[in-house]
Order: sequence, then C-alpha cells, then structure tokens
Amino acid sequence: MTIPNETTTAQRFATGFVRSVVPVLLALIVAGLIMLAMGSSPLDFFAGVWKYGITGTNWQRSLSLMAPLVIVAVGLIVAFRGQLWNLGYNGQYLLGAVVASGLGPILYGVMPAFLATIVVFIVAVLVGAVWSLIPAILKARYGTNEIITSLVMSFIAVGVVNLLIKGVFKDPGTSTPQTAVISDDDLLPYIPGTEIHIGFIIAIVLAVVAQYVLSRTSFGLRVDIFGASPKAARHVGLNSTWMVILLFALSSGLIALAGSVDILGQFAYQRADWDPRYGDAVMPLVFLARFRPVAAIPFVAFYAVLATGGTLAAQQAGLNVDFLLVIVGLILLFMTVTEYIGERRRLGQSYLPPGLRRTVLQPFRKATERTSA
Amino acid sequence: MTTTATSEVISLRGITKAFPGVIANDDVSLDILSGQVHCLLGENGAGKSTLISILAGMQQPDSGSVSIGGSVVDISSPKVAVDLGIGVVHQHSTLVPAFTVLENLMLGESGVMLDKKRATERLGELADLLGVEIDPHALTADLGLGQQQQVEIAKAMWKGSRLLVLDEPTSMLTPQAIEHLGESIERVKERGLAVVLITHKLREAYAMGDCVTILRAGRNVGHISVEELAAYSEQQAQDAILAAMFGDDLAAGGGADAVSDLEEAAELAGATAATREIPAIDFDSRPVRLELRDVSSKGGGRDIEAEGVSLTVREGEILGIAGIDGHGQGALSELVAGQRSASSGTVLFDGDDITRTGVRSRQQLGVRYVTDDRLHEGTVGSMSVALNLVIKRIGQAPFWRFGRIQPKAVDTEAVRLIDEYGIRTPSPATRAGTLSGGNIQKILLARELTNGARLVVVNKPTYGLDLKTVHLVRELLIDFAAGGGSVLLLSTDLDELIELSHRIEVISRGRLVGGVVNDGVGTAEKVGHYMTGAIEGTD
Repeated sequence: MTIPNETTTAQRFATGFVRSVVPVLLALIVAGLIMLAMGSSPLDFFAGVWKYGITGTNWQRSLSLMAPLVIVAVGLIVAFRGQLWNLGYNGQYLLGAVVASGLGPILYGVMPAFLATIVVFIVAVLVGAVWSLIPAILKARYGTNEIITSLVMSFIAVGVVNLLIKGVFKDPGTSTPQTAVISDDDLLPYIPGTEIHIGFIIAIVLAVVAQYVLSRTSFGLRVDIFGASPKAARHVGLNSTWMVILLFALSSGLIALAGSVDILGQFAYQRADWDPRYGDAVMPLVFLARFRPVAAIPFVAFYAVLATGGTLAAQQAGLNVDFLLVIVGLILLFMTVTEYIGERRRLGQSYLPPGLRRTVLQPFRKATERTSA
Repeated sequence: MTTTATSEVISLRGITKAFPGVIANDDVSLDILSGQVHCLLGENGAGKSTLISILAGMQQPDSGSVSIGGSVVDISSPKVAVDLGIGVVHQHSTLVPAFTVLENLMLGESGVMLDKKRATERLGELADLLGVEIDPHALTADLGLGQQQQVEIAKAMWKGSRLLVLDEPTSMLTPQAIEHLGESIERVKERGLAVVLITHKLREAYAMGDCVTILRAGRNVGHISVEELAAYSEQQAQDAILAAMFGDDLAAGGGADAVSDLEEAAELAGATAATREIPAIDFDSRPVRLELRDVSSKGGGRDIEAEGVSLTVREGEILGIAGIDGHGQGALSELVAGQRSASSGTVLFDGDDITRTGVRSRQQLGVRYVTDDRLHEGTVGSMSVALNLVIKRIGQAPFWRFGRIQPKAVDTEAVRLIDEYGIRTPSPATRAGTLSGGNIQKILLARELTNGARLVVVNKPTYGLDLKTVHLVRELLIDFAAGGGSVLLLSTDLDELIELSHRIEVISRGRLVGGVVNDGVGTAEKVGHYMTGAIEGTD
C-alpha cells in the first residue's frame, strides 16, 4: 500500500526553490503594505535598499557583513541538523567578539599579527565551546530543554561580556566603556582590489566544508540519524551524550568564531551593551535553506543587502531601523504557512485545513446526502 | 442483504474513505441488525479499523452515508456517536490507570456535579447485564486485562447503547478470559443490542458471530448471512470465509499448490488451533549461545524494567517469551541488544561476558535486534532504503572509506539485500518511510539476519503486518534457527509463539514467571495458566 513517491531531482529542486523563495516574496509584499499603512513609500524604501546595499562599492559592505552571518548560519545548522535548538547564539557571538576585542590588543603587542589572529580564533572557538557545555550536559544527562538553558546561558554571557568591557578590557584612554581599538595593520587583510576582509572567504570555505561533512561523511550521517530519531540513534549504537556535547560545542564554537571574525575584520573594537543580534536574523534563513550550509549563502546574501542598504533606506523612508526585524519576522511567518501548505500538497491533501474545509463544504455536502439517501 | 422490519438496523451505504496513497474503505455497504453479533473479518490493513472509526465519529467518510432505522445520520464527532448509542471498545485500553472504575466510567458525564449514586446504580445494572462483578472503587491499574476490558464494555454501553463495537477484543486476552468475554457478548446480544466484533482470527468469528462480513483491501468482498452461517458446518464456513479473504491469491496458486496454500491460509487466518512448526532439537547437544544470569535492567524511561531475569538460548533454538504487552519485553530485548544497561547480573554470549559491551560491539559479535518500533527506532523514515540497510555499519568498509560514503558500494549491497528478501521498493533510493509496514520489516530482517548474525532478538515481529508477510517473517526465523542461529522471540501472539518456539517462558511485570517446553498439546493452556496466575492474582 505504498504510493510511488518518487520525484525527479528537477522537481524536488523546483519545489524547494518555490518553498524557499515564496515566503520571502510574500514577506516583502506585506512589509510594503505595512509601510503604506504607516504613510511611508515602499518603493522609496526598496529603491534605497538597492542603492545603499548594492550600487557603487556598497556591495562590498554587504559582502563584509555576510562573513559573520554565514559563519553564524553554519553554526546554527550544525546544531539544528541534530535537532538541538541552540538559541544561545547572541551570547556565544559576543563571547567570541570580546575574546578578539579584549585579547587582541594585548596579543598584537607581543607577537606577529598573523600568529595573534590564529590564537584569537582558537581561543574564541574554545570559549564558545566551553560556554555550551552546561546546556549540553544538562540536555544529555537529564533531558533538560536546551532551548531554555542555552537562552539563559546567553543572557549570562551578555552580562559577562559587558562586565569584561567595563572592567579588565576597558581602554583606559577613553571615558566611554569600550575596548582598545586594534590598529588597521593588525586587522584581517582585505581581498586584493576590494575592501572586503578575508573573513568572507573564511566563511564561504566553512560553509562548503560543512556542506561536505554533513552530506558526504559518516559523521554527517550520524548527525542526521541523531536528528531524525534519537531512538534510532540509540538503536544504531550512537553515544547520544557525546553527540549532544559535540554538536553543541561545534555550533557554539563556530558562532563565537563569527564574533571574533567580525571584530578583527570590521569593527576593530567593542563597546559595552553592543549586541548586533545576528542570530535572530539568520535563524529563519537557515530554516529556508533547509539546514544546508551552501544553500544558506544566497539567503544570507539577500539579508546582508537588506540590512546594509535597509539601515539608510529606512531612515530616508522615515522608518525605524527595527523595521528590518519586522521583515524577518514576516519571512518566518510566511515560511510556516508555506511549509504547512506544501506539506499538505505533498501528501495529496487539500490546501485547506480539514476543519475549515468541512465548514466551507457543509452546505453542499448536506444537499448531496439528501439526494443520495 | 436482508433487512427485517421488526428489528432496528444500522445501515452503512457506499462508505468510501481515502488516505494519502491508500483507499481504506472503498464503497463499503453493510447492515448491522440489533440482536446479532456481526463479525468483521479481514487481515491487517483491510479497512476494519477505518470503518469503525467512522462509526465512532472519529473519522468522516469521503462519501457514503450511515443511517439508523432508515434516517440518515451525520456522525460528525465522537460525542454524536455516543449520543446515538454507538459505543466502541478499542483494541488498546483507553482507561485512565490512576482513576477508579467509577471515575473512569464518569469521564464522559456532562453535568456539573458528579452523581455518584446514580453512576453506581448504572454500573450495577451493566455488571448484571454482562454477568461480571466489578468493584466500582478499585483502581483501574489494579485490574486484570480481562476485567479492564469488561470495564471498557461497560463504559461503551454507559449511555444506553444501541450498538457495541469491539475492536480485536481477544488480542490481549488469555484463553480463559476469551471464554468470559464470549459469555458477556451473548448476554449483551440477548438484550437486543447490535454487536460488531472485529477480529482477524477465523475461528473466533465462527464461534462468536451470527453473520460475517469479510473485508479485503478496503472492499466488502463477502457476506455470510445468519441463515447461511447457521446451515454451514465449521469446515464449510471456513472455506467460504477463506475464499473471500484470499480470493484471487488462492485461485492463482492452482493445481496441487492450491491445497497447501489453502491450508497455509487457513492456518494464518487462525482457523485452527496453532501447532508447533519447527523441528525439535536436542537441547543437551547444543552449546549455550546466550545466557542471562539474574539480570536486572536500568533505563531512564518509565516503562517496566527487567528484574532478575535468568534464561539460556542454545544454538539453533527459538526461545519464546510470552506475555501481555508492556510487561518488560522492551527492557529485556534492549538489555540483550546492549541498548539498555544492566544494573545487576551477567550477560554471557558464547561464554564471554558481554554485560558491559556496547551496541556496536555486540552487533559485530553477531547479536542482532529486530525492534518492535520498526518505524521510529528500526528505520529512519526520511532516509533511503539503501542507507537504512547499512545504517548499522556506518563508517565501515567498503561502504565508507576515510569517512567518505561510497554510494556505489552501498547501492550494490542494497540491491543484493532487496533481491534476497524481496523488499518491494521502487528503488534503493526511495525513502524508507514511504514503504508499507511489511516491507519496512523486511528491511529490518535483511539487515539483522545477515552478515554474521548469531543471535537475533525479535520483538513482536509480525505485529500489524499482512498475512503474506507474517508467513514470510516466520519462515525467515525458522530458516535462521535451522541454520544454527539462535532466536529470542518476544511476542504477544500466543499462536505465533506456539508455532515457532522450542520453549516458551512467560514474562510478567519484568520477571519470568514460568517456562513451558513446547512439545505437544496443551502448551497454550499452560502458558495461559502462568499468565493468568501472574496477572489476575488468584483467579
């Protein structure tokens, strides 16, 4: 009693594409309507996004922003593939950032820039990984919900980072609570001929490597089995404790790396209470990419343009910068709807939920029954 | 079909219900008369359960109508069904274990205040009617399964039933409890209620039913009316039902095969009492392959743990473990497979202590496990058939080299196993979750019985499968044992255990409470006796 559920690769690709792009388009349309309702011109806004996000050398700013975003995306994907919901990304990102902004100025004084950068990256990854141990161990040993524990650990991390910036890492030379500025020579070098730092290349390489590992190796298969069914994983003989800890450490370590790359490539110093919340924006994107690292790149690129151009465009259109998050939220909303409908379609059911369909069809059904009875 | 003017009739007309990829009911029409036991026969997947969930208001038909006494009714929810007097006793208990009998019965009451006095009276009436004694204040969890089922029947008839539907009521009962149930059904029938009895065992249909409707692949393929059934001898009835149940399959056999096919079909359909099918072995000459010495298990979950279990399985032996579902079978099988650790005791395999050995090492030693949760534990539904076939050999050559998967090697192995075990799949790349239960079970068997398997633990291997696959699975296990493999067979189906096992141990609340050597008649009664003794207390 099986249905031949085979589809060609082209068909699958097409459905995937539709299901990923449709929510984005719908979100943009509805965002436009909201702008109209607020008395701003959506056309001005989107034109502004194009102008400040892509034209001239602005595309280089967008690509620079992509570096941390792609690394965060890869970090989230590693955990999400195993159905571990690491929502502590904001804290993990800031921890990585503060390693770079706090440790960086000290290290660059005592060793060559190249070596110092490597050390910063390694320490950032380690700090992120260690920070995730508590939610991971709680999850593995006691089944505690990792969403809550990782979120709480994130709040603590944000606090710790602020304390560090106001305390030991504070630049004595300024009155504002911020770290010492790393000199331009010590920052990540640009890709020749552009103003895009090599963090962008690091990010793309990481995404490609992650894609390969997750889809082609035995480790990737183990992650997928673990994600599909912990029961099956146990049946196959996987050590679930170790799996949870490893995935959490990898995820958290990568997100922390994104923080350090961002500081060493872009900002050069860190202020207290600074929190770009990249993870919030990236999370819906990795769902759209169906947890495939390489597929996440175009979505991140889209968002990077939107964010780079949108900041100025929003101001010009008379909107708050936070309006960008409204668009992200709308994407999330429409993604849920598209998924629901797509899933019903795949199962050959009506697009409408059963209850609604019954209600709609009620008058007609009654009539046919009367005739048949 | 005949309808009589005197008795009320519930008519189903042209009921069709489709699920994605499956037509569960295809234009089914039947009449249920009051004062009759109407048996619905058919193998797993024939559409019996869908039909009753439509009667119970849990599903709505895509087309077709249900009418009671001539007027069409729309059973749009379970509440409507109850108000119409349609009571359903489901296959698995729906009672709340922590509640008393009375509380369970009053769950559906709609009033604000609980009227305990009236409820007690009603329970008294129903207990009289059923011919049983039920203590209203006993905790449901303390009752035996037979008694729990009586409470379920009382619950189904609570609001003055018109129709009582019993879904596979005998599947969990001991032979003794089945007799009690038969008596209760007789009494309900005498009161003028209509009874629908769903079963896949032919001899129960003949013994308990007044008329029989046979479903196959969602269609009504045969009906034996009251008069016909009364006129038939048992043998004639059997042949008529089998012909309807298997129809074309039997005819297609042709010639000499047809006879043996018919016998086989009769046996599978539970027409006759089960007998042992596996050749005897000389226990003393066979080395012990698996030995458990006073082992208790320790898992994180809430299910029953194995406690102080001691048993031996010899080379070429099938040891059956009988017991009601959920009495520690899961814990025992996981214990042997290595998925659950032992808190005390020793597990010996070929004389070596493997108590602390992990799943993957045991797998390589030849300890295999066919789990009862074939959909979520045994396979990963979202992955291909090919991957599922090698999933227990992740990282091993030739399927993985330097950690990289070798799709060609995986495919070759998959094609080999698919051919050998007759797994019906469009291709090795098809997602395993889209296959039927029978084919998924074949994936599990293909994976677990090959590549150096020496001992296989099988938990409920034929549960929910169609009869052909049931037969195939049993043949595979018999062949495996004949080839020197050892089998630890855990099952809730007593007939299956009697057909396959050399010895049968009975498990209850995680302990082995008695063993029977399966060497002739009376095994079922002996096993039933141990089960009753352990479960129902004194009675």
